[in-house]
Amino acid sequence: MKSIADIKAIRDKMQAQIVNRDNKDAEQETRIVVGMATCGIAAGARPVFNELVDQVTSRGLTNVKVTRSGCLGMCKLEPIVEVFVPGEEKVTYVKVDAQKAKDIIARHIVGGQVCTDYLIGEE
Amino acid sequence: MFRSTVLICGGTGCHSNHSGEIYDEFVNQLAANNLTNDVMLVKTGCFGLCAVGPVVIIYPEGAFYSTVKVDDVKELVEEHLIKGRLVRRLLYRDHKTEEMTKALSETNFYKKQTRVALRNCGVINPENIDEYIAYDGYQALIKVLTEMQPQEVIDVIKASGLRGRGGAGFPTGLKWQFCRNAKADETGIKYVCCNADEGDPGAFMDRSILEGDPHAVIEAMAIAAYAIGSCQGFIYIRAEYPIAVSRIRIAIDQAKEYGLLGKNILGTGFDFDLEVRLGSGAFVCGEETALMTSIEGKRGEPRPRPPFPANKGLFGKPTILNNVETYANVAQIILKGADWFASMGSEKSKGTKVFALGGKIVNTGLVEIPMGTTLRTVIEDIGGGIPHGKKFKAAQTGGPSGGCIPAHLIDVPIDYENLAAIGSIMGSGGLIVMDEDNCMVDIAKFFLEFTKDESCGKCTPCRIGTTRLLEYLNKITSGKATLQDLDDMEKLCYYIKDNALCGLGQTAPNPVLSTLRYFRDEYIAHIVDKKCPAGVCKALLSFEITDACKGCTLCARNCPVNAISGAVRTKHVIDKSKCIKCGVCMDNCKFGAIVKK
Repeated sequence: MKSIADIKAIRDKMQAQIVNRDNKDAEQETRIVVGMATCGIAAGARPVFNELVDQVTSRGLTNVKVTRSGCLGMCKLEPIVEVFVPGEEKVTYVKVDAQKAKDIIARHIVGGQVCTDYLIGEE
Repeated sequence: MFRSTVLICGGTGCHSNHSGEIYDEFVNQLAANNLTNDVMLVKTGCFGLCAVGPVVIIYPEGAFYSTVKVDDVKELVEEHLIKGRLVRRLLYRDHKTEEMTKALSETNFYKKQTRVALRNCGVINPENIDEYIAYDGYQALIKVLTEMQPQEVIDVIKASGLRGRGGAGFPTGLKWQFCRNAKADETGIKYVCCNADEGDPGAFMDRSILEGDPHAVIEAMAIAAYAIGSCQGFIYIRAEYPIAVSRIRIAIDQAKEYGLLGKNILGTGFDFDLEVRLGSGAFVCGEETALMTSIEGKRGEPRPRPPFPANKGLFGKPTILNNVETYANVAQIILKGADWFASMGSEKSKGTKVFALGGKIVNTGLVEIPMGTTLRTVIEDIGGGIPHGKKFKAAQTGGPSGGCIPAHLIDVPIDYENLAAIGSIMGSGGLIVMDEDNCMVDIAKFFLEFTKDESCGKCTPCRIGTTRLLEYLNKITSGKATLQDLDDMEKLCYYIKDNALCGLGQTAPNPVLSTLRYFRDEYIAHIVDKKCPAGVCKALLSFEITDACKGCTLCARNCPVNAISGAVRTKHVIDKSKCIKCGVCMDNCKFGAIVKK
């Protein structure tokens, strides 16, 4: 038999797993979009995507959704990561790797400071 | 951590379209691509858009794929899950705008709905209690057991304004209060029952809730048991719902394993056990006294009330009996408060109502709307309108106990009071849409055939009355009735209503009375002009070949009774004495030369 505390623990554990199944509050949440067409994947988008999901999950960022998109047309700059914070202008990062992905979460998503050194204009 | 989640609808509609095989194919394809640990596969309950099933939704994108076939799975895995590209040809298309819709939440079908009772249907895996818990499942039970007194629970339900979703609309809190106040005998036993004997033709609300979110019903029954002081519950469900039966059984076993059912629940000292009882599909067993008689193991027949079940119900003990959808609202009301629930709906009908949309409608499926939404919104916006550009004629609510809503009342807000005022009832939620090709006398006949068959035979007004009523209708549709018959039939309707023992008989004449009220001209056309305006009643039809006939012989070759004769390239003739009015000739004619009169 489970205790009330056990049920609460199951709830917390499971909520982390199902977090990507809810797109009701699409207007309020931050979206991180990884270009994952053939070009992006070939350039290494998969480890970037995985790193972003791991960071978002381990930090418990429930209002941040990591998702994929197709080719943005600038294949030579892949892997491309775009960040949409509600009410702010879109930010596009280029040539991202796992380390930069970690940085983006820490500095931009959590810290609120755009990582200007990874921006498309700086390339 | 899973990167993606694939939801596959396992409701009855999609299941019969091979969603089980689609699930298996996903398992194979994911394994073949080494993605088993990256992608979570979930078989869910009904999403509601049964018309375009089987439905598959892939998160985090929320991509909504419709009419998926087993052969499409490979492409979905390789394109969507591996390369991250949407498979556009499978995305749902809005019927009206022809636009491709990426996510389910973007469709017109979903935008105007408010999902309370259906909140978890199509979202969680109904066979996994942990997923229900993740969506705040059993939190309401914990709150009730640790923070609230039984009377407080009843007060919250009363204040919310929740009314019985089985159709009659009796205030749920009041029902619980009566049972709480009822004095138990020396054994101290009271019972909590759930009516899942959904029998209306075309209704599948309760079935979908049990298939998609069985724990919500279990949790609510436990809360009800705590409120009235009961320790034993029964779910009465029809054996024709095998998926629902199997899921509710799995859910009960899981809840017992977690200590959410049984002795000393969660260590609070509260006991509650739950059992499933199968019905064999008699319509009358949806009536509360007949249902309880059936649970007792006797022949399912109603008995007069009073005594009401709250005082003397199952096995003679105080009992509450609520419908599946009513229970599905309870946990949310406890968690979010009575004010939240009462803020939805109209003045006297609070909350939402689930409807099973069927008949002549594009989006056949399951919808949940706030009370007070107009029929126009349900049919035109959510339902996607009438197929093939036909004209809306009427909608039937409440199944065989209900009545029809004609086209000129399409803007009436749907709630208990308004539907009763226009001669229909809310009913359990079947909503059958009819267009100009439906004959209203034929519809009334259809429902009377049903109630005549399902009458249990215990009381004379129902047993003989429905039979006689059907005879009148048959007379009308075969063109043999007189206007005197019409008057006599109407009188008989009121006689049955006033004298039948239970709800089945008392409401059986409703389809006749309400079609008489709004479509009397159609009855008169059948009787006086011997014509069926919609061209449905066969006895009143005749097929004729016009001068447009080219003599191609196609009709003559296809006629099953060889009633058509004529030489090649000359006009053919139908022998009316042989014609069985099957319409095959009309369907086959390439020149539109055959007309129905």
